[in-house]
Amino acid sequence: MENEKVKSSRRKFLKSAATLAGATIGYTWLKSSQFLLYGAEPEDKTLPWYGIVIDIEKCIGCGSCAKACKLENDVPKEPFFFRNWVEQYTVKNDGSVIIVSPNGGMDGFEQTVPDAETFKSFFVPKMCNHCAKSPCIQVCPVGATYDSPEGVVLVDEKYCIGCRYCVQACPYGCRFIHPVKKVANKCTLCYHRLKKNLAPACMEVCPTGARMYGNLRDKHSELVKFLKEHTTQVLRPHLNTGSKLYYNALSSEVR
Amino acid sequence: MEPHHYQHLYDILTHAQGYIFPNEIDLQWGILIVVYPFITGLVAGAFILASLERVFKVKVLKPTYQIALLTALSFLLVATMPLISHLSQPQRAYEILITPHSTSAMAIFGFVYLWYLMVVLLLEIWFDYRPSMVVWSNEKKGVMRLVYRILTLGVNDVSPRALKWDRKLGYIITVVGIPSAFILHGYVGFIFGSIKANPWWSTPLMPIIFLFSAMVSGIALVMLVYMIISYFRRTVIDLNVLDTIGKYLFFVLILDFTLEGLDQIQRIYEAEESFEIIKLLVSGKLYLTLFVAQGLVGTLIPLITLAFLQFYKHKIKVRKSMYLIVSILVLIGVYSMRWNVVIGGQLFSKSFSGFTSFKLGLIGLDGSLMAAFWLILPIGILTFLLWLLPPWKMVPEEE
Repeated sequence: MENEKVKSSRRKFLKSAATLAGATIGYTWLKSSQFLLYGAEPEDKTLPWYGIVIDIEKCIGCGSCAKACKLENDVPKEPFFFRNWVEQYTVKNDGSVIIVSPNGGMDGFEQTVPDAETFKSFFVPKMCNHCAKSPCIQVCPVGATYDSPEGVVLVDEKYCIGCRYCVQACPYGCRFIHPVKKVANKCTLCYHRLKKNLAPACMEVCPTGARMYGNLRDKHSELVKFLKEHTTQVLRPHLNTGSKLYYNALSSEVR
Repeated sequence: MEPHHYQHLYDILTHAQGYIFPNEIDLQWGILIVVYPFITGLVAGAFILASLERVFKVKVLKPTYQIALLTALSFLLVATMPLISHLSQPQRAYEILITPHSTSAMAIFGFVYLWYLMVVLLLEIWFDYRPSMVVWSNEKKGVMRLVYRILTLGVNDVSPRALKWDRKLGYIITVVGIPSAFILHGYVGFIFGSIKANPWWSTPLMPIIFLFSAMVSGIALVMLVYMIISYFRRTVIDLNVLDTIGKYLFFVLILDFTLEGLDQIQRIYEAEESFEIIKLLVSGKLYLTLFVAQGLVGTLIPLITLAFLQFYKHKIKVRKSMYLIVSILVLIGVYSMRWNVVIGGQLFSKSFSGFTSFKLGLIGLDGSLMAAFWLILPIGILTFLLWLLPPWKMVPEEE
């Protein structure tokens, strides 16, 4: 009798253990079965889901953002490594477009096209678009680049194997291989500052307030309000990268 | 930061044209990534030629069956080396096998590779050679006796029943091997073809183009190796073998040419936003390698020559030299094709407004000497394998 009881409780235990193990394996499998297609989704609803706005009409091309970014994030000073840079577009009367970004715009700009030949000219600050369907995350063979719970695309420097596939996959040219660390490097939206409720360095220093970040999920945030009141556009919308960097007054010449 | 980390980039910067994103000055993938798909293609192509004999019973190709298999193995053994040595963190390469990322096209490379090496090539060669290795292990003395004994893995049964099983299993593996070879190289094409950020790469035809160019190069290589082996062994080249391989090469080359032509016609006709920059690319920086090396030398001249060989029966000596030249030209053409894809795809900026430039260094891990080493090493391995497992000394099969 006693023996029967032990047996039955053991059976029960084994049964529930098996169910638990099965469910765990099943859940992990289902979760990781995001084969082929990558798309980040906000998991923790209490956390912000960050988006960025850059107002081209406000940018004066001072390059402070690019400078601040290099200082804050210890990006190599040489003009081949940028997490953040500014481009100057000049559309001439004949329709041709001249784009320059000397030293990423860090030293400011000079206009070489005479006024008489200029149709229009404007500055476009560039940085990681923190895409929700990031091609760079999709292609990373080891999963060293990933989405933070807030939707910020980050790189695990201790894990990256340096295959450079992510650099190839980014349509915006936002990634590079750090010449000393020998791993992929990119804008983190100053994640270390965000975590302390501080604005990213580039936004902190922008003298005209051309840059803004905020919680896309909070319908009352400044960012969402801006998106509601302005006609914004992302870069390369046809590539369906789910870019979360919205440009105001984006001209069709910009790529 | 030390100057050697970036000094060369200043030189490249002076050669950049138009506007490129500031991070785009340095090419991410150099000559090693040109060598890698070239080598993998040779493997897939050589294997498919071997399968022709085995599965489709093209008996004329019997003398090249083992040669093709050993060639495929020699190159496959080296295939990962250029890949691993181009990584910035090669010591972490194993991560790709233990924590593969399910959405990455690159992540399953290790598995595709291991499947092909362990399940397909090694097993097929083993089943094919086992009866001979048993005989050799009895005939030889000393170390070689031990080597062959180890290679048989202790399976010494050479009864008719066992031999029948060897043949049967070998056949099954070959049948499995054909789609595996297709996957191996189609997949390499997919690595490039799936990058939507790069219009020069992003085409659904890429895996198919890679596959057919792989077959072209593998077939040409086996033809070349067969001729070289015959030369060194002072045996007569069987012209029937050359004619048959030449016929296949001709047909596959037509298909390859058609596919690549279709791809370009589609590009030109659709003329999407990247059209202007790609037009500048092919007429400028890729002119020599695309139109001259790949198109004229590697495709048109071999095509015309092979077509002639189908219809006119020249003198034996002339035909042999023509096949020799064709096989070399085709290999040059396919190598140029890999160059045009890999290097060409990185020369233009993703802003579609300018070009960076590529300077091929001589020394260093990413230099041309290293690339040449990875291409010569398989030939060394093949020589060794042909000495260890000479196809011409195999025990004849009883039908």
